[in-house]
Amino acid sequence: MDSNSSDRRYVPDRARSVKVLVLGPFAVGKTTFVGTVSEIRPMRTEERMTRAGELVDDLGGLRGKVTTTVAMDFGRVTLADDIVLYLFGAPGQPRFHRMVRSLMEGALGGLVLVDTRRIAESFDAIDLLESAGLPYTVAVNHFDGAPRYDDAALRDALTMADDRPLVWLDARTRASAKQGLISLVTDILSRPRPEPAR
Amino acid sequence: MSPRGHRRNGVVRSYTATGGRAAPSRTSLDEATLLIADPKLPLAGLQAQAYRVMDLCLPGVLSVSEVAHHLRLPGAVTKVVVSGLVDSGHLVARAPFTPTADQHDEDFLRRVLHGLQQL
Repeated sequence: MDSNSSDRRYVPDRARSVKVLVLGPFAVGKTTFVGTVSEIRPMRTEERMTRAGELVDDLGGLRGKVTTTVAMDFGRVTLADDIVLYLFGAPGQPRFHRMVRSLMEGALGGLVLVDTRRIAESFDAIDLLESAGLPYTVAVNHFDGAPRYDDAALRDALTMADDRPLVWLDARTRASAKQGLISLVTDILSRPRPEPAR
Repeated sequence: MSPRGHRRNGVVRSYTATGGRAAPSRTSLDEATLLIADPKLPLAGLQAQAYRVMDLCLPGVLSVSEVAHHLRLPGAVTKVVVSGLVDSGHLVARAPFTPTADQHDEDFLRRVLHGLQQL
């Protein structure tokens, strides 16, 4: 039993967390996806564009830097009485790459959202995941009125490796959105395991 | 000189919030790291932000990101404050799961999958 059932804010005492990133361009549906899957109202933190070690430059930074913080959406869903999944919607713009790379550390994998009206805008997220060597699934978040392509054409347009999973989903409904995560974890389970780190 | 956004959010200068420390004392803290508070350690003498973190974490387990959200602190500042509390033993940090070749890990992943299917 969940000892905190009277206060859903806390996670079960024995829980281990799992982190998955949701990537893609601006307005592709990352926030919607996180909100749909999350059991709690999606949360937001301000992430600093400077490294933690540069915090003392805070005041100085106000003078020259264009952007110093970025809001990051995240959500949480309890998968078992000892497993909680955290979903982080990572900003897609190239200027946030350093932050996204740091977010990738410790992540199980990434879900790349694609809008078929602007496929090329998801290249960047795929490149980031591939260069990090992180497992990923590409998920077309289908918008009403957006073109439908067959999977082969889409894979070609995305220059996706054949072994990467491609799914179609609707980020607005949980039953559909969760298919992206199921595909990601299924793929990870089917991979040869890395050697344990010593 | 402070931008209005900062004023409005009540954000203080980072080095005030962290008690003067600029960098976390450990690098292993992840946004999804879970924090478990030790109720036996006294809170007296803690800096204001550290006290707020303990006040939030004593009733139950939360991730670093949730602490940042609830206390309206930037993620990097939260990591600095939390690192100090891990060093002093007030908090235990439980890192997120990442798979290795262990059979145990495969079992864990299967349970993650099962949990997703049940959503």
